[in-house]
Parts: sequence; C-alpha cells; structure tokens
Amino acid sequence: MRMLLSALAATTFLAGAAQATTVYPLDRATILAGSPFDFKVEFKSVVKPEDVKITVNGQDYKTVLGKEAEFVAEEKGKEDKVLGSALIARDLVLPTEGAYTIEVTAGSESKSVTWDVYNTGETAKAKNVIFLIADGFSVAHRTAARIMSKGMTEGKANGRLNLDDVPPAAFIGTSATDAVATDSANTMSAYMTGHKTAVNAIGVYADRTPDTFDDPKVENIAEAIRRQTKKSIGIISTAELQDATPAAVVAHTRKRGDKAEINGMLFDVKPDVLLGGGSAYFLPQATPGSKRKDDKDYVKLFQDAGYTLATDKTELAAAAGTNTGKILGIFHTGNMDTTLDREFLKKGTVEKFPNQPGLVEMTKVALDSLSKNPEGFFLMVEAANVDKMSHPLDWDRAVVDTIEFDKAIGVAREFAAKNPDTLIVVTGDHTHGVSIIGTVDDEKPGTEMREKVGTYASAGFPNYTDENNDGYPDKVDVTRRLFLNANNGPDHYETFRPKLDGPFVPAIQNEKKEYVANEAYKDVPGAVFVPGNIPKEGDSGVHAVDDVVLQAVGPGSEGFKGYMEQSDVYRVLVDTMALGVKQTN
Amino acid sequence: MTHPDPQVTRRTLMTLLAGLPLLVAARPAAAATPSLSFDQLYSKFGVLGLEFSEKVKSLAGQQITIKGFMAPPLKAEAAFFVLTEIPMSICPFCSTDSDWPDNIVVVYLGEKQTFVQPSQTIEASGVLEFGSWTDPETGFVSLLRLRNAEYASV
Repeated sequence: MRMLLSALAATTFLAGAAQATTVYPLDRATILAGSPFDFKVEFKSVVKPEDVKITVNGQDYKTVLGKEAEFVAEEKGKEDKVLGSALIARDLVLPTEGAYTIEVTAGSESKSVTWDVYNTGETAKAKNVIFLIADGFSVAHRTAARIMSKGMTEGKANGRLNLDDVPPAAFIGTSATDAVATDSANTMSAYMTGHKTAVNAIGVYADRTPDTFDDPKVENIAEAIRRQTKKSIGIISTAELQDATPAAVVAHTRKRGDKAEINGMLFDVKPDVLLGGGSAYFLPQATPGSKRKDDKDYVKLFQDAGYTLATDKTELAAAAGTNTGKILGIFHTGNMDTTLDREFLKKGTVEKFPNQPGLVEMTKVALDSLSKNPEGFFLMVEAANVDKMSHPLDWDRAVVDTIEFDKAIGVAREFAAKNPDTLIVVTGDHTHGVSIIGTVDDEKPGTEMREKVGTYASAGFPNYTDENNDGYPDKVDVTRRLFLNANNGPDHYETFRPKLDGPFVPAIQNEKKEYVANEAYKDVPGAVFVPGNIPKEGDSGVHAVDDVVLQAVGPGSEGFKGYMEQSDVYRVLVDTMALGVKQTN
Repeated sequence: MTHPDPQVTRRTLMTLLAGLPLLVAARPAAAATPSLSFDQLYSKFGVLGLEFSEKVKSLAGQQITIKGFMAPPLKAEAAFFVLTEIPMSICPFCSTDSDWPDNIVVVYLGEKQTFVQPSQTIEASGVLEFGSWTDPETGFVSLLRLRNAEYASV
C-alpha cells in the first residue's frame, strides 16, 4: 500500500514536472535522417549548468547528437522578464534512423521526449512532384465549383472537374502544436518540413523568446532538395510570394508577418521559377510602393543571379521562351486579383494591374521551364484566393478561384500524362467553416431575400450557364444561384447576392478595435443583419478545424492513406523523391 | 522609375520650407484650398513601383483637402492616423503597415481630435508631403502625408 502511494506520488510529481521543461523538437517529432535541425531545451526555472543532465538513448547527448549545446543562464521575455535557463544546439544531424529518447533533468525539472528519425527508400519513386494546394480548400468549395462550372441535372453532375478524377488518398489533421485551430503558416510548414508547429510559425518550432528569428529551425523541402539533389524548384502563388503558403517552402520565422525578411529567404534558396504577387517586398524602400525598410533591391539581385523578369502576362509569355531556366514573375505589389475580378468583372485592383496572368498560365510556364531539368523538379502551386475570399465570406470569388485551381490541376495532369514519373498531390492547407445549403432564387415571391432561400426540395437547381464552354459560369449573378454560408463570422449584412462591385468587406474596425458590420451593405435591398459569433476583434470568417481531404495520383501516391497528421505528408513527399539519399555526384 | 532617396528628401524638404509661409498666408482664403482625391494620387501603378501624379507633385507643400475614411489608430497614443479610400478592414495578422493598401495617406494632426466612426466620410486638410518616410515612433512607412492637419465629418 505504501509502495502504491509513493508510486502515485512519483507519477503525479513527474507529470507536473514534465509540463515545466520543453524540449524541441517536441515529443513524437518525426525527423528525416541527415536533415539539419536545431535542438533546444527550455527550463521553467533558472538552473545551474552543472545540474543539467541530458541523455539520448541512455548515452551522454554530446556523443549521440555530436555537438555541445550552448547554455543560456537566463532567457528574457518581454520587459526583461526572466523566463528560465535554456540549452541550444543548432544544425544537429542524426544520420541514422531509429527512435531517439531524450531525457533531460536539472534540479527538480525533468522531461523525456522521443523522436522518430526515419529514412527514405534508396530509389526515387517519381522524378517530379507537383504539389497543388488551394488555401482553405473545403468540401463546399469543390462541390460549388463542380455545380457552377458543370451544372447539375436531376441530381447528377453534368460534368466532372479535373480534381474529381484525382483519387482521394487521406484525411489530413491540421491542428497546430499550440492550438486545435490552425492557420496557413503552421499548416503549410507541416507539409513542407514534416514538423507541426504553432500558429503563425514557419520552418521553426515556436520557442518562448520574443525574437522571431531565434526559434529552433527544422529543414524545409526546398533545403532538402538543394542538399540532396540537383532538382529544380518552382513556387507559384496568387498571393504575395512572401505569404505563409509560398513562404513555408523556403522560410524560417516564428512570425509569418516578417515578409521583408521572408523575401530574403526566398532569395537565399533561389527557387528556379518564382511566380506570384508581392513585388512590394522586392523594391527598395525609396521606391514608392515598396514595403521594405531597407535599400535592398531584390528585383536587381534576382536579375543579377540570372533570372528573367516578368511583370505581366505578356512578359511571362516572353520569359517562357528565354530558356534561362530561371524566371522571376511578379505581377502585383500585393496579392493578385481573383479570377472573377481579373477575367470577368474587372474590379478589385485590376484597373491598376490590368494584365495579371492567372494560375493556369503560371503553371504552364513553370512546368515548361522546370521540366527542362533532366534531374526533375518540385513545384508548389497555390490558389491563394480560395482562402483570401473565404475569409470575407465572398463565396462567389472563392468558388470561381476554385474553378481556376481545377484548371491548373488539369495542366498538371496533362503534364503527368506525358511524364508518368510525376507525383501529383492536390490538397488544402486547412478548411473553412463553409457549407452549401441550397439556392437563392430571385423569382420566389416577396421582397424579403431570406424568403427566397431555397432549402430541401424548394432549392431546385441553380441556373448558371456556360455558353462559351470556358468552364466558368457566364455570370455569377444568375436568378437561382448556390447559397453558401459560413458557420461563423463577424457582425455583417447578408445580402444574398454576389458582390459585383468588388470583394466583400463584411466588417470594419472601430476605434475600440472591434469589428462592426460594414454599413456599405446595409441598404442593399433585402439585406439582413447577421450578428457575429466570434470575438469582436475578428474581422472575418475563421479557419475550421475540420480535416482536409488530400488527393494524389502517380508514383508515390500509395504512401498516403487513412488519417494522417499534416506533418506525415512530408515523409511521403521526401520518400517519393528519395531525399534521404545523396543524388549529386 | 525609382526615386533616389536623397533627392526626394531634399525636394520634400524644399517644398516643405516653401510651403510653410504659404500655409500661413493661405489660411484666411480657405475657400480656395485645392482638393485632391484618392484616384488622383498616382499617375502609374506598376509592379516595379508607383509614380506620384503631377497633381501631387505640384501640390506638395501646399494646404490641400482630401476626403476618405479614418482607419482606427495603430496605437492610442500615435500622432497620426491613416486615411483610406474605403473603410478599412485589415487581416488578422496585420500588426504592421505591411498589409495596408498602396493608396493611403498618413495624417499628422496639428491638434488632437476625437475618433470618428469608420464608416463616416471625413475631409482632412493639411499640408501635403510626398516621398517615403518612416515614422520615428512607430516605424510606419508612408508615401503621402498631411502635416499640421485637421479633419471634419462630411
């Protein structure tokens, strides 16, 4: 009995102590053998260096990790608050696969974590990997894209999207290390590094110090490709190229907002093809339009590094023919416009940037250029506006961009048909709280728009047309249209109509930094006030915690199955390219 | 295409110096104050930079008026606010100036005034200044500013 009690006491004590110390990489981390990573121990209290004991699989850590960690007597937080002692060792490499149990003790603190160091097969399964991601891609986006693009008769779709023929392969769990909820930084970082991390973090574990560049780094896919192969790398996004999703291919920062620095990290990795928005971070601060705070001219730096520059659709087509193998295409100072604005309504910022290419043209040019490398390539394609328009509840823009994303998938599949040694992955980074519940039918009687919402049998079918067969609806403001709805949002006015004058701005900020319904939509006939159900500091609909559907086709795709943590996707990608093996001689 | 920084600073400084006596002289003749609108700020929007319009260049250093919307202050104690073309909605991750639209005007008030609701159109008047400038207190980079400004709801 006494023994049992003391055992219980010991367990309780250990559990309490276990919370105190943090070891990075975290428990259950999966690490590619041979990939450099930073090791950090954060003690909750100030400890003496001579009291610190660290073993790896029972041996002194220095023997196994090959390096002595630097002891920091006192880490400081905001206002010089002492956070505790720490140990940091940068750029460790574990060349051999297996389980590594790290036991840390110092005074009353202790912590044990186990890492799974894995390796890849000796031979690559595919030469090329095309990773297509629609930011925020949820099931409602795909269903709406199919119905809007192809139509539906008697309950059967009148056609199939390209993505409808990419086999669903896995459900992906997207939660962050610090929260069940998630954002585009940590989610794409999990895909691109094999490590989960905290909301807003990219290519690092999020430590406790305020500095956003000192957090423990992990290798990302671009670095692994450069370390082990001579493959080319391509990054395409309709967002700013420094935005979380494209950034996660190359960058390391605790804070996704460090965009000027992220642009420098893009330059360090030098993806062979880099196409998207965000020129503001390429321009030196003296140039009007720049968002840098230094004099670095990245347009010139990239050009000096042999890149052909393209700033619009015409120049992109010309750059495609130059055969330099290196293309920098920047088409907007900020995020590129949506397909609906760019190709149809000419709203948003299209007047200022009238000749932006779309995702389809960018994907074609990238594949054409990257495929000239006999060693193969990794290409990341992001349809950013699916998320950027889901946040402000602008479903028509989000869905039309999903159709464009589907066309880019079509381009990738055409390429793979001719180059079967290509793995195609189609996925989202996280989901949104959106669903289709029926239609809005202007022909229904009355003036109250709410009464025109068709549910169940009264929904009927929408009447979008595609007379010119371009895959896009001829117009989104048809009389009987899909009704998409978010399960969350700020205070706003629901107008039940597409926003033809420019992207929806549901809420605006007041002097208390609270988001209030944007009165610009108050007088739209039939508009109803929808009270928000998220904190008032939130400006828009938020990401959902729901699983993402990952689809894949081609060699290596068999590695995806069942439920997978987002970080486990990386393991399949590196195994497909055999990145555990040096492929340069 | 690019403005060499020293030149812009020198020109801004010169126009500012020239503008100061003008400002005093122009005060009584408020009716004649030239106005500027958001679509007149730049003559060219390009991926490789924006170009200020001739109107902005010619009005620099002078008292002008411009209508827009007041974005909520960055900090309660900030000496300036941001005037935007449409009521401001910022992404959850915008803690810096990096995610503001290109066409904003930073308004430095001559005297403190109370905040107006974000959907209220206001007319700001002040001395126009252009060229990249970093607010020393907040690090906020602006291209167009009104100095010694005041505003009223319209």
